[in-house]
Amino acid sequence: MSAQPPSGSAGALPAEPGRAPSAEPGREAPAANRILREIFSGGAVVTVLAVVLALLIAGVLIAATDSGVQAAFGYFFAQPGDSFLAIGNAVGGAYSSLFQGSIYNFMRPGFLNGIKPLTETLTFATPLIVAGLGVALAFRVGMFNIGGRGQILIAAAVAGWISWSFPMPFFIHALVATIGAIVGGALWGGIAGLLKARTGAHEVIVTIMLNYVAFYLISFMLRTPGALQSAGSNNPKSPAALPTAVYPKLSDLITLFGGGPTTFRVNAGFIIAILATIFVWYIVNRSSLGFRFRAVGENPRAARVAGINVNMVYILAMVLSGGLVGLAGADQVLGSTPSGFSSGVDAGIGFDAITVALLGRSRPWGVFFSGLLFGALKAGSYTMQASEQIPIDIVLVVQSVIVLLIAAPPLVRTVFHLPKPGIQPRTRRTAGVVTK
Amino acid sequence: MFAFGIPRSGSSTFGLSTSRDFFQIPPVTVPTVGTVTVVAILLVVLAVVAHLFVDRGATGKVPLWLAAVFAVLFLFLFLTWAAAGLRSVPIPGLLIGSLALATPLIFGSLGGVIGERAGVVNVAIEGQLLFGAFSAAVVGSATHQPLVGLLAAVVGGVLVSWVLAAFAIKYLVDQVIIGVVLNVLVTGLTNFLYSKVLVADPALNSTHRFPRMPIPLLSDIPIIGPVLFQQTIITYLMYVAVFLTWYMLFKTRWGLRVRAVGEHPQAADTVGIKVQRTRFWTVSIAGAVAGIGGAYYTLDAVSSFGKEMTNGAGFIALAAVIFGGWHPIKAALAGLLFGFATNLQSTLGIIGSPVPSEFLLMLPYVITIFAVAGLVGQSRSPAADGKPYIT
Repeated sequence: MSAQPPSGSAGALPAEPGRAPSAEPGREAPAANRILREIFSGGAVVTVLAVVLALLIAGVLIAATDSGVQAAFGYFFAQPGDSFLAIGNAVGGAYSSLFQGSIYNFMRPGFLNGIKPLTETLTFATPLIVAGLGVALAFRVGMFNIGGRGQILIAAAVAGWISWSFPMPFFIHALVATIGAIVGGALWGGIAGLLKARTGAHEVIVTIMLNYVAFYLISFMLRTPGALQSAGSNNPKSPAALPTAVYPKLSDLITLFGGGPTTFRVNAGFIIAILATIFVWYIVNRSSLGFRFRAVGENPRAARVAGINVNMVYILAMVLSGGLVGLAGADQVLGSTPSGFSSGVDAGIGFDAITVALLGRSRPWGVFFSGLLFGALKAGSYTMQASEQIPIDIVLVVQSVIVLLIAAPPLVRTVFHLPKPGIQPRTRRTAGVVTK
Repeated sequence: MFAFGIPRSGSSTFGLSTSRDFFQIPPVTVPTVGTVTVVAILLVVLAVVAHLFVDRGATGKVPLWLAAVFAVLFLFLFLTWAAAGLRSVPIPGLLIGSLALATPLIFGSLGGVIGERAGVVNVAIEGQLLFGAFSAAVVGSATHQPLVGLLAAVVGGVLVSWVLAAFAIKYLVDQVIIGVVLNVLVTGLTNFLYSKVLVADPALNSTHRFPRMPIPLLSDIPIIGPVLFQQTIITYLMYVAVFLTWYMLFKTRWGLRVRAVGEHPQAADTVGIKVQRTRFWTVSIAGAVAGIGGAYYTLDAVSSFGKEMTNGAGFIALAAVIFGGWHPIKAALAGLLFGFATNLQSTLGIIGSPVPSEFLLMLPYVITIFAVAGLVGQSRSPAADGKPYIT
């Protein structure tokens, strides 16, 4: 792979909806027409349609593998109605349990119990959001951070190590461990940035390889007494975090302010995710560093000519990106599972984060909401598996189909017969918004 | 490297034949310290020679044979050091295992080389291997014919690469993104179908494996006979594929066109080569080759499909593509080296060597990072690799 950042070569999404079809005074279409066009050709509609289409495709998969449907199809020509009923049962059951597992469960009494699935969604969304922000930030600089897995592993190891070896007061301990995770992730991501800046090594390759290096490194340390292995244990598993380092649950806050006792798992990590989103929004959209980031992302050569230290931007971007992804590692070991971790602590978040960032079009709040969506899919999939025996892996299918579709808006437009965006020809435009 | 400074006394033993071999060779025992010293000196000499080649040679490159000799000597040094005072190292077993582990890597890396030579980056090798393995298992089990399963693996690999090609060439989506997403898609799809269909119906997931077919005479050669010529059809196909890929890419008109499309699509277009079409079909072929590698898992190694059974082999194959400098033969050698490193850790584990297995497993990835950083050799990708061609 070339040392070129992928910016100049990326895909062909239309420009941001805001500045897509307008900007042609003189022969403008009537206003209403133009607005409709903007709505239908803009990113939002494509995104929604992509989600719908992906759920449809997953529905086909669910129906095709459902035993009831297969049985009904056995006598399709005798009673075709049965087949459709069976399909309705299978797919409807799947998606209603997906909803009940991720948003609101009508089966449970009372609002606080019914809303518990939504808090599960937030719990699952937290690491996806912060890691997605990291990947998105790198995208804005025209870089691919595929090293989420490695960065999460290293960050989790550092945060975990701090969380059980150094007793500290409440809050400070969690803070220090979180900072440790950020540093760990930033270092691991920074290697890729440094190598790209100094030698031109392509960050895609370096981050992929660093994933495995981190995996084997952590595996080794987890089975080595005195490193990360829990004392007196033969399993490759770390000790549990000290209670002072564990993120407090948000339900404790509710109780603090006079609410009833709840069993919500969602913890302070979600607050961190919101803060991180604001932080990234500020960095990218309001700071001079963010301006340099975007300038390099749009065109590294022009940025260099304009006096921006492109190599420094590469390093900084990967450091920041790795640090954000590292927050997901902290959330894993201090938030959702503080009882000690194994080498699978990354739980696929590193790769999920890429799809989250792509669905969010690399914009901070876009990433936030796409993280919520994928968090909901994850939370719901467990209910779906328990009540409908549909393997949770269907979520991976939905996720990847969504991303494939939003990466190729022309495909979605063809499927739904939507008008082409804009009036002016944009065939020459090659810069991809996916990566910006 | 410095670890070799740790003195290890005693001697190292190498078993050179198994009890079933035609020629029986007694195990060789060498004194560890002496051998390590001698080989280390040889390595230094080779390094100096390589340096001279770079300085004075016409091409400014280290010749392949020198690198290969260096690698083999280095591995011998490592083995001697690691096995000191332990049970004998079963050399044929070690090599047979290495070749077995390297087979899917080599197919995968050939797929990568072919695709990237045409200018389409293939991060989806993992997905192609996995889907090849899955289709081979299902079709091979349903038809009880491993050959039909092999064909299904080819089709599976092609299907994945068609998605890659369609999105990369028609919709101009970034190829790295498609590759990453395709891996997730194939993982999700095969996991889903495995849990939902194959677990419920085990008859769909038990293939007849390809039998070993020793080649007469050749398989009786000591050491290399059992290693190279007592294999299944998939391994023999691999030998052919490596040679054929090299020949097709570098000695035929088709190969010249493919490489032109990957280096300078505009120039290729100017002389009348259909860039998009060439890329599409080349990527399809690449998928077919990678698919055969997937068949290895379910028609040769074991006789059933397991969740995510390729376990990152596609990424090692990608590493082999880069470490092999986008050249089929060098990529195959890199695949062999990586297969050896992976197998070495289990062998060392069996003979009880103190080297932590994780560091050997890490080796391919670390080497590749060094390679792309330009610290070990030069790796230059095809010029238009990863860039969509927009007419």
